[in-house]
Amino acid sequence: MAEKMALAKAINESLRKALESDPKVLVMGEDVGKLGGVFRVTDGLQKDFGESRVIDTPLAESGIVGTAIGLALRGYRPVVEIQFDGFVFPAYDQIVTQLAKMHARSLGKVKLPVVIRIPYGGGIGAVEHHSESPEALFAHVAGLKVVSPSNASDAYWMMQQAIQSDDPVIYFEPKRRYWDKAEVNTEAIPGPLHKARVVREGTDLTLVAYGPMVKLCQEVAAAAAEEGKSLEILDLRSVSPLDFDAIQTSVEKTRRLVVVHEAPVFFGSGAEIAARITERCFYHLEAPVLRVGGYHAPYPPARLEEEYLPDLDRVLDAVDRALAY
Amino acid sequence: MTVDSSAASKPRRSAAGKAGTTGTKRTTRTAAKKSTDPELVQLLTPEGKRVKNAEYDAYVAGITPDELRGLYRDMVLTRRFDAEATSLQRQGELGLWASLLGQEAAQIGSGRATREDDYVFPTYREHGVAWCRGVDPTNLLGMFRGVNNGGWDPNSNNFHLYTIVIGSQALHATGYAMGITKDGADSAVIAYFGDGASSQGDVSEAFNFSAVYNAPVVFFCQNNQWAISEPTEKQTRVPLYQRAQGFGFPGVRVDGNDVLACLAVTKWALERARAGEGPTLIEAYTYRMGAHTTSDDPTRYRHDDERAAWEAKDPILRLRRFLESANHADEGFFAELEAESEALGKRVREVVRAMPDPDDFAIFENAYADGHALVDEERAQFAAYQASFADAEGGK
Repeated sequence: MAEKMALAKAINESLRKALESDPKVLVMGEDVGKLGGVFRVTDGLQKDFGESRVIDTPLAESGIVGTAIGLALRGYRPVVEIQFDGFVFPAYDQIVTQLAKMHARSLGKVKLPVVIRIPYGGGIGAVEHHSESPEALFAHVAGLKVVSPSNASDAYWMMQQAIQSDDPVIYFEPKRRYWDKAEVNTEAIPGPLHKARVVREGTDLTLVAYGPMVKLCQEVAAAAAEEGKSLEILDLRSVSPLDFDAIQTSVEKTRRLVVVHEAPVFFGSGAEIAARITERCFYHLEAPVLRVGGYHAPYPPARLEEEYLPDLDRVLDAVDRALAY
Repeated sequence: MTVDSSAASKPRRSAAGKAGTTGTKRTTRTAAKKSTDPELVQLLTPEGKRVKNAEYDAYVAGITPDELRGLYRDMVLTRRFDAEATSLQRQGELGLWASLLGQEAAQIGSGRATREDDYVFPTYREHGVAWCRGVDPTNLLGMFRGVNNGGWDPNSNNFHLYTIVIGSQALHATGYAMGITKDGADSAVIAYFGDGASSQGDVSEAFNFSAVYNAPVVFFCQNNQWAISEPTEKQTRVPLYQRAQGFGFPGVRVDGNDVLACLAVTKWALERARAGEGPTLIEAYTYRMGAHTTSDDPTRYRHDDERAAWEAKDPILRLRRFLESANHADEGFFAELEAESEALGKRVREVVRAMPDPDDFAIFENAYADGHALVDEERAQFAAYQASFADAEGGK
């Protein structure tokens, strides 16, 4: 059934469906119960599925992820909410040293189907630690998968697939897009979780983005089109694994690549993309791969975030520079 | 002390609650004492004399001479295995070994208290508990030899993989116990850790989560007095078992070199867990007779006379004295065990020496359960790289 819904609502519906169809699925985190989470993503779930399946936890992120690991060892499939991007670090040890490695350490005997939901990114005028984009810190860790939907339909289906995955998945939710509505067909057959999607076809340059930056790239492409430039947009959807084949295919056509993310450029996912695409497409490239993203400085106070985050002009500037080669 | 079935559905939240029910002296005290105060549950003195204990005698009341000999055998064989592993490290067959020397009673007593359906979360030193769970001791050596990072199926014996990052497993145990409650099962979980781990946030978070959810988990802390070079005084201002009180569940200090006391107290705690009374903290007061690991040098931070004092409290010696004085074991038993012990050492030696290095491609195996495109790509690159040498060598 196709229905127009906000991205946050799509995740809610997806969690609801998972709770309905698999008694082993649990939702856990701070304030996910009665409150429905600070962004209301889990609204109504505790009421309908009870406190044993939609669990309000003590305020301790390492404890949340650590106990989720124990629940997964017992056969459950916990979907954990970390309230904000900047609050995940108390759990980073459990995620990196335990969650990511236990399957390998057990020589494949143990599976940890844990999903960790993290609302991430800026642009909402929040206080410190509420606007960060730490996806590269997780993509760097073998054993984890890292995804980020850009729209309601992907949010719905990628959550279904993340829950079904036998690997731990870090599911980054673009919080500034929570309220953006799109058509969600809950009976469609989704594509693979870790494949990129061409959002807009073009011939002059490829824009690669994921999560909150896909919408920006669409605005950039529209503006560039008015200037007679044809930009192709690729929504990566998955940061680990990364669909290099899709990027390669696009770049072999357009010969120019700009990567856009909110996270700092230094050691960001754009660096990995630039390196690999340079290796794969060396003779196709007409320009160096350019990156647009955050600076190597702590995320600024809200009054400065417009200057820090990639915006229409900064991406267009990079596009112009790439096209100037 | 027996569990009052009328209160079985309610967690006992405070020290006062238990005292009120039984009228016996509490093991959790409110007054802060020096952590070295020997305020502990003991059923066997270091001289091997059985002493009465109103609270815990019931948990070992039915123990047979055969079972007592079994505990002795477990400790002797565990110590023999441990000594063999230390030797194998010295011979270069293992990269490292973490010896349990001195902690046999704490591990065998608590390990033998568990039921088959219980689940155990060890640190990396629970060789005695592994023995009780039926894990082949040679399986423990793979990670110390460097051929794997675990290598046994945790679900075969309900014995989780060794955890090296200190204290992490306390949370896994708590989560697993929460799952048992959700399943409506009456199994229990036991989480092992040491005095050093008590400083980790994860251990405190595990205490708190388990209390909040009334999870059926027993926290078994072997206070062996040393976290590598740091004495317990560097970890805590209060005796560790007293930590439990602040989280709302009972804590007990037990003589960790007394296998009977460890068995009794752990049985009590596991029964509490099964009865829905929530978590318990057991502090087994013991001593790490050896180095932290084979890479450690205790002469830099502790005196031999401390070790000598603990030698007089040796867990194996004291049970032997008891068995002999009670005529529960004769020379034949000890001689037979000696032979069995040597056979175990020989088998361990042979298995380790024959343990093959893993295949090169094991690097990529099991990185993911559902696969990962980059791992596939890098495996193929690695294969091509390896093959490039084979081609060159084969072409000549």
